Amino acid sequence: MANMAQAIRMALHYGEKNLQVMDIFGEDVGAPMGGVFTATQGLETAWNSPLDERGIISTALGIGLAGERCVAEIQFCDYIFNTIDLLKIGGNTLWCSNGQYNMPIVVMTPVGAGIRGSIYHSHSFDAWATRLPGWKVVMPSTPLDAYGLLISAIKDPNPVLFLKPKALLRVRGDELIPGEPTDEKELKTMIDAPIGDRTSWNPKWPKVEEFAIPIGQGKIVREGTDLTIVSYGRTLPLCAKSAEQMASSSGASVEVIDLRSLYPYDWAMIRDSVRKTGRVLFVNEDTEVTNFGEHLAYRVTQELFYELHARPQVLAGKNLPGIGLHPHLEEASVPHLEDIVREAESVLREIP
Amino acid sequence: MKSQKAHKTSSKVQSKSGAVKSRGVDRALGLLPKKLVLQMLDLMVRSRALEERLIKVYRTGDAYFWIGGPGEEAFGVPLGLLIDKGQGPQHDYLHLHYRATPTLIAMGMPMIDSLRLIMNRATDPSTGGRNFANHYCIPKWNVVPVGSPIEVQYGMAVGTAHVQRRHKMRKDKAGVSIVTGGDAGTAEGDFASCLIWSSRPGSELPIYITVQNNKWGISTAFSGQHGEKHIADRGKAFGMRTNVVNGNDPIESYFAISQDLEYIRKNCKPVLTEFLVSRLYGHSSASGANREEGDCPIELFEKRLVDSKYIAPGFVKELFQSYDNESREAADTVRREPVPTGDSVWDHVYLGSENADWRKF
Repeated sequence: MANMAQAIRMALHYGEKNLQVMDIFGEDVGAPMGGVFTATQGLETAWNSPLDERGIISTALGIGLAGERCVAEIQFCDYIFNTIDLLKIGGNTLWCSNGQYNMPIVVMTPVGAGIRGSIYHSHSFDAWATRLPGWKVVMPSTPLDAYGLLISAIKDPNPVLFLKPKALLRVRGDELIPGEPTDEKELKTMIDAPIGDRTSWNPKWPKVEEFAIPIGQGKIVREGTDLTIVSYGRTLPLCAKSAEQMASSSGASVEVIDLRSLYPYDWAMIRDSVRKTGRVLFVNEDTEVTNFGEHLAYRVTQELFYELHARPQVLAGKNLPGIGLHPHLEEASVPHLEDIVREAESVLREIP
Repeated sequence: MKSQKAHKTSSKVQSKSGAVKSRGVDRALGLLPKKLVLQMLDLMVRSRALEERLIKVYRTGDAYFWIGGPGEEAFGVPLGLLIDKGQGPQHDYLHLHYRATPTLIAMGMPMIDSLRLIMNRATDPSTGGRNFANHYCIPKWNVVPVGSPIEVQYGMAVGTAHVQRRHKMRKDKAGVSIVTGGDAGTAEGDFASCLIWSSRPGSELPIYITVQNNKWGISTAFSGQHGEKHIADRGKAFGMRTNVVNGNDPIESYFAISQDLEYIRKNCKPVLTEFLVSRLYGHSSASGANREEGDCPIELFEKRLVDSKYIAPGFVKELFQSYDNESREAADTVRREPVPTGDSVWDHVYLGSENADWRKF
């Protein structure tokens, strides 16, 4: 099975062959590196830009104004912050022009902790991203979802932020991407660039097929009746694992929703699940104050208050200026399996 | 402009009006057809009448804010006349700042559309009543939305120019991306980004980088903030063709713009040209929008044309009066036009989606 970096690469290949993507660009995105996480290796339209985040986003905006489709990358979301006003422009161009100019661009950027990335390779961006009206925001947790969400992002006539959970980029999925060879070694031989000299290397792309996951559609990854956990990105597999652990340790039946799209988000799925369980925990690793999970918890409180058996809870990263390098520091800063289990059990124990 | 043909005349004399004279004859005027010279004067006066109407509309309480470009007519009008006007990469893109009324008037924008914008009417074709005066958006002419953040247009122009370069490499017809902005904003990093991205070796862009240097950033003087002699000099480090032009002289500006655009269209390379202009009504209504000291390009041009017997004394006054009347009638019409409704705020948040309001997901 493909890992997420390979899945992204195949979606971009599909995009440049079938969806009129003409530019995939950013720092070290083109040859020879093909992206610091290899997500853009071997792509025909990938090119290296100056080391200039504002230039990358500005150029993407201009390409979008000209009506062409591009995928721009900011190498780590830790370096996207000096482009916030440009992202605002990306989100407000359609609105400011009273519907006359849309912005059909994709910006992708790796986010989150989990790779011992220290202070400037561990930031999250989901809370910031959801404060950019006019953008759609997606964040996959599996290679297949990454493939399907990226194809939808490329096809969307609006600007889409594609947040890549960097700690999951090397993780293999358990579902085949349509057209992907069943042997992962064969896939590696076909599309992974060799170590060393790559000047004469060309990928042999599998005949991947269209597979679009509609933006705004979540996924129930585990069904349950006692508690709903809503997450996305890197913390999603931790939530699934915690549900499994609780099932075997205490028999708790925990439903886990992979939101996949942060904006627009699948409220119907959250609502129906919370109505069923009466208890909900939102988990993500961005800092906890003015966190996207707080908005979801607020909405649950407003719309489902009388159907709740416990207070909605948000488990997020500590409100710290950064993630420290030493594992003790990182573990104390962002949610881990034990934290999720502990918080979930406390929601389960609460008596109305 | 340093390399300008008009400046190569012998026994030239620089008059107070800025015109180059030889034995009492303004030879620069004669380098352009008389019809074009008079057309430029007409458009400059028309633009000024409109801008002054916009200020009056603000003063009478029919608008919340005014910002605009009186004083930039001698640059803006020739630019508007020289643009390859149309929609799509095969035509020129315009990444304008908020002092570009002269350019749009020269391109044929009806006065009334500018009044609809400043009076935030639902009929405003640029923004539907959503944005400030002079924040135009005219897709049929590739005028992309004018924004308030200073200098971001320089970076975005790289994107449209990149697309145009691709068209040109395919041997398709391709226009030029033209960007305008003030001197103060060149301190922003986006200006440096524009210089770097437009001159990448082997990937040079068809982009016309212009700066209108009025020597002010709101209330802060250029002289106290910038050590460079000319902003245009910054382009030299990138091997870029650069010019410094008297932007108060429409003839000099016309030749400079014409030659720059011809060079870019032919060579697919960037040009940086700095136009020295006047700011005649301050930064905006925030600083009063009162007439300030400074050379008026229309008065300078009028004197030249009277001296050269192109027009009679009093011609400009009458012309202004007729355009002032037109602008007043347009304002009266706009005053009766509908305003945006509150429930329209959710329109155009997303294209092709009804899910703009999260309460309705």
